[in-house]
Amino acid sequence: METGRKGRFGEYGGQYISETLMNAILELEEAYERYKDDPAFVAELDELNRNYAGRPSLLYEAKKMSRDLGGARIYLKREDLNHTGSHKINNVLGQVLLAKRMGKTRVIAETGAGQHGVATATAAALMDMECEIYMGKVDCDRQALNVFRMELLGAKVHPVTSGTQTLKDAVNEAYREWTSRIDDTHYVLGSVMGPHPFPTIVRDFQKIIGREIKEQMLEKEGRLPDAVLACVGGGSNAMGAFYEFIPDREVRLIGCEAAGKGVDTPETAATIATGTPGIFHGMKSLFCQDADGQIAPVYSISAGLDYPGIGPEHAHLYETGRAEYVAVTDDEAVEAFEFLSREEGIIPAIESAHAVAYAMKLAPTMGRDQIIVVNISGRGDKDVAAIARYRGVDIHD
Amino acid sequence: MTRIGKAFDHGKAFIAFVTGGDPDLETTARLLPAMEQAGADLIEIGIPFSDPVAEGPVIQEANERALSAGCTTDRLFETVKKSRESVTVPMVFLTYLNPIFHYGAERFLGRCAECGIDGLIVPDMPYEEKGELQELCEKYGVDIISMIAPTSKDRIRMIAREAKGFVYCVSSLGVTGVRREITTDVGEMTALVREVTDTPCAVGFGISTPEQARAMAAVSDGAIVGSAIVKIVAQHGRDCVPYVEEYIRSMHP
Repeated sequence: METGRKGRFGEYGGQYISETLMNAILELEEAYERYKDDPAFVAELDELNRNYAGRPSLLYEAKKMSRDLGGARIYLKREDLNHTGSHKINNVLGQVLLAKRMGKTRVIAETGAGQHGVATATAAALMDMECEIYMGKVDCDRQALNVFRMELLGAKVHPVTSGTQTLKDAVNEAYREWTSRIDDTHYVLGSVMGPHPFPTIVRDFQKIIGREIKEQMLEKEGRLPDAVLACVGGGSNAMGAFYEFIPDREVRLIGCEAAGKGVDTPETAATIATGTPGIFHGMKSLFCQDADGQIAPVYSISAGLDYPGIGPEHAHLYETGRAEYVAVTDDEAVEAFEFLSREEGIIPAIESAHAVAYAMKLAPTMGRDQIIVVNISGRGDKDVAAIARYRGVDIHD
Repeated sequence: MTRIGKAFDHGKAFIAFVTGGDPDLETTARLLPAMEQAGADLIEIGIPFSDPVAEGPVIQEANERALSAGCTTDRLFETVKKSRESVTVPMVFLTYLNPIFHYGAERFLGRCAECGIDGLIVPDMPYEEKGELQELCEKYGVDIISMIAPTSKDRIRMIAREAKGFVYCVSSLGVTGVRREITTDVGEMTALVREVTDTPCAVGFGISTPEQARAMAAVSDGAIVGSAIVKIVAQHGRDCVPYVEEYIRSMHP
């Protein structure tokens, strides 16, 4: 929750952005304040959420998985069933609708795994906006299917060849592009990151996840869950799942970061475990960085979690102890990916598999009368080829 | 008068930028006095950063070269400190907030004062966030150089009123880099600055030819050239010094 100064979560957040973009950011802030409670805007977004994105998403009790793991009962929040296959659509419909209200005719976005890019391209097609997506060259290669999906939806995809050629560099390039063309363009930031008001806007459009979990859980069980788990890269699906539960102190909120090959190796993307406070990409937050404050190259099998920072509100939830953060390795995530596929017939995104992996550890330590909700933020079709490669199977994708 | 003020007290100023440690610190050490000799009235030194979001490809690549050649903040401070023994024109650092924040802002500014750095240009620290460094900058006598952009409009007066050293007028939208023409009405921007302050105003972004430098200096107090110089460094590597000198001589407005 915001504390004190505008756009701050404790000491984190802020607006660390070039002067060229300041008026655009202030204009966005003003537009968001004007429309967020505007009945016509709210009604239009609600209609899109219901009849286009397919909300509310299911809260499904994974009985077989719960039985086989033993311990707590596990519910899965099925964001993978949303149109475009992930939670990203929640934020994108809101932001593109807002951009439209602001008179913008073009949207740009960064993407890691391609889920946010696909969602943005989808909303742009629906709302008749020009769309350009920035994606690291490395990610374009490992998520080739999503590149083609975006192009099919009418978007132009720019492979980014600077730096580490992954999500961080895609964000750099999206900022650079926005700086050069502001008048007609809105930057649809994909996570709870960047300068104020983005972390707040994205969280507000994603908090529907947690609100639905709460309603559905009360309806099914007549009580709140004991723990809510979600994977964390920038942290939008986690922030969305957690937000409504922040005042409910008895509900544990657990963010699952990508440890890559392990938090004690350089090949990791676990920001809370290995990062330190810094100022980058418009915000003060926690970042993976070296002794000179150079942003570290990070690694995860998951292109969506392969980011060296975390949203400022997460940094604050961590520091205040309201949320816990754990690191999950590639190996554990791949095992969970396969486990959920076999157990429940649900192939999760490799990102979401990080949360499933921690649920597999946590559930057996809890009682049969306890309940865990795992946010399945996206579906795993896009990852099948990569998982096959990981297992040494050569398939043509 | 501060050292930065002196850069503007004898006609239009020519401000030359170079990325510190590109291609190595030894070259930077030779470049700084040579730039002064060639007529630079103020020298801007970039502290390399892994993710220079405000920069175009030319300076991005210079940052990468400098970092892979082992340039660190501490080693650049050492180089600047040695150069200060002969360089008399003002020198300012251009860098992003993270390297400063991570170094420790107080320690960083203390080192700036000790090494003869007169100002700081921080592209990701807008007016609203300058509280991050303001008090420490005052304590150590280092000016925060404020930037104004073609999109600043109603913000220009507010920014200029509190400006120290000089106002950095960003000539164009987008990132740094050579541009064939500058389409912004820069005169309109600098006129707003002059309404509220006597602090000089220099124009940068996209300037590479003597004609552009003259045109920009005509509506301001000076011209800033970065990418065009960095390009020469990229082209000639360790042998770049005479070529940079020759270029700066040709550019002085």
